Amino acid sequence: MGGAQSRNILGKPYARGIVFNEPLIFERSRAGRNGCDVAKSPFEQKEISAGFAKGTLREDFTGFVEVSEPSAVRHFTRLSQWNYGVDSNFYPLGSCTMKYNPKVNEAVARLAGFTGLHPLQDEATAQGALRVIYELEKYLCDIVGMHSASLQPAAGAQGELTGLMLIHAYLKDKGNARKKVILPDSSHGTNPASAALCEYSTVPLASGTDGLIDCSALEKLMDEETAALMVTNPNTLGMFEKNIKRVCEIVHAKGGLVYADGANLNAILGKTRFGDMGVDVCHMNLHKTFSTPHGGGGPGSGPVLAKDFLAPYMPAPRVVLADGRYKLEHNPPKSVGALNAFYGNFGVYLRAYVYLLSVGGEGLGDISDAAVLNANYILSRLKGHYHVPYDGPCMHECVLSDKFQKDAHVSTLDIAKSLIDRGFHPPTIYFPLIVKGAMMIEPTESESLETMDTFVDAMVDIAEVAKTHPLSLAEAPVLAKMRRLDETQAVRNPDLRHKP
Amino acid sequence: MDYPDGLYYTKDHEWGMDENGILTVGITDYAQGELGDVVYVELPQEGTIIKAGEPFGVVESVKSVSDLYSPVSGEVVEINPDLEAEPETVNSSPYDRGWMIKIAMSKPAELEKLLSPEAYAEYLATLK
Repeated sequence: MGGAQSRNILGKPYARGIVFNEPLIFERSRAGRNGCDVAKSPFEQKEISAGFAKGTLREDFTGFVEVSEPSAVRHFTRLSQWNYGVDSNFYPLGSCTMKYNPKVNEAVARLAGFTGLHPLQDEATAQGALRVIYELEKYLCDIVGMHSASLQPAAGAQGELTGLMLIHAYLKDKGNARKKVILPDSSHGTNPASAALCEYSTVPLASGTDGLIDCSALEKLMDEETAALMVTNPNTLGMFEKNIKRVCEIVHAKGGLVYADGANLNAILGKTRFGDMGVDVCHMNLHKTFSTPHGGGGPGSGPVLAKDFLAPYMPAPRVVLADGRYKLEHNPPKSVGALNAFYGNFGVYLRAYVYLLSVGGEGLGDISDAAVLNANYILSRLKGHYHVPYDGPCMHECVLSDKFQKDAHVSTLDIAKSLIDRGFHPPTIYFPLIVKGAMMIEPTESESLETMDTFVDAMVDIAEVAKTHPLSLAEAPVLAKMRRLDETQAVRNPDLRHKP
Repeated sequence: MDYPDGLYYTKDHEWGMDENGILTVGITDYAQGELGDVVYVELPQEGTIIKAGEPFGVVESVKSVSDLYSPVSGEVVEINPDLEAEPETVNSSPYDRGWMIKIAMSKPAELEKLLSPEAYAEYLATLK
């Protein structure tokens, strides 16, 4: 099915206007066709198997794509035209901070002195790159009130895992790694996974009726078998954990540590710091808060930052400054080891470094001011049209639900698909799990009043149509390239491989 | 909404049916409705010892992933072999073919703490 596809009078499908149809590249393949002519080799030809151990070469290799250069270029250009990205429109995906990626970041990341670096070259010839890593660690520590950082983790989930590994290594060093980790029920799904990978069992902590951590419930759960509490602040309901200092005291009183998930850092930049709240270790996402490209599976960067007593356990190699020269320290004795190849995703660090230098210290506070104001603007305009499960004001994102539309059998999924017809990427849906039919909207500081108004108008229009013509929304999207996909069948019977 | 007589219920939306000390456990009609299309059910191995109130498995739908909590303590003596290939049975037949595990109860007195159909219906009314 193709929404942007039309049919001629005989029923034959053809592309509408210049919205191209594009098959899989395998289907474009023709035997013998290729993109370049290779000069005849002046050397003696040998069987490729010579020099390879038996069994290391595939013998059944078929299906290699054979296309001309224009075919390959058109294929990928056409696919890119179907793309929806932050460069094409508002991307309201809550908890993802899909902010605009300034092009100055790209300009610097593409300087030949950086792109030509080899990870194994002598450190004396890479002083500038090492300085970027060293200084970025310092800036990030300053932003969240920590003492030591590693940029290595490739994304937020790995940053979390690293944070939990630091806690485990530290407590084990002190004599008892402990058994449990406490998680608020509003936490990100990756939190329990990180705890479980460090062999901790997870204990859920129910949110209070105000959507925040209930200190008395925490006091009852916290014991000397508990290694850590993992907290997201602001939490996934977009609310600031205002009792965070008391929360940290309760955990510390029993010898546990507090881990802060920095996914929502964009709300508090330049306003308050995890370190000052009493948090011991946290992560952040350069691909969210610090404007590096996000989505499509990376590359990302989820630095981990900690108080000084956790510094000896940080991943290696570490960049250190001695006598005015930057050096790599490969084997600190207590390090949890390498979390990524070489030094992590260096190109991402460069973009974040440029971003920080461009906005400056005072600019950080302006970012969170605008991000929080934007989210509250959307919340206040949509209140009344959609159910608000936890009353605002919110931080950098707001959570709505489909409760008002439920009686008309219009669900959050229908609302999300209807947004596609109105030209917007849907927000995060069905998360956080503690809100039924949740829609989580995060505008970030990037969006103008005009863009947000267009988005809100689309949401209001959907709410009105839900009252008068609810069934029409069950059809959505009708204008997109693809109509509604069968998500259930996609999971139950995944078909992931091209078979000729 | 359907909550058959003769079954025990939990606030986590599991049901249990007692036959001579063996409790058959599944999730309620309400639970399957809230989850939406179930795409995967992860169950423990036979012989696993489980405790009342603790997770024994995971149910995954297109919308979310949820833990399954055991209504009672005991040993898992049988799991529903059909759910691996046909998880949608949980949606189509939550109280019958969509059962999940059978537990040989070590503390049958725990049944007294579970909800009757009437009490479960009252509890559901508070969730609206």
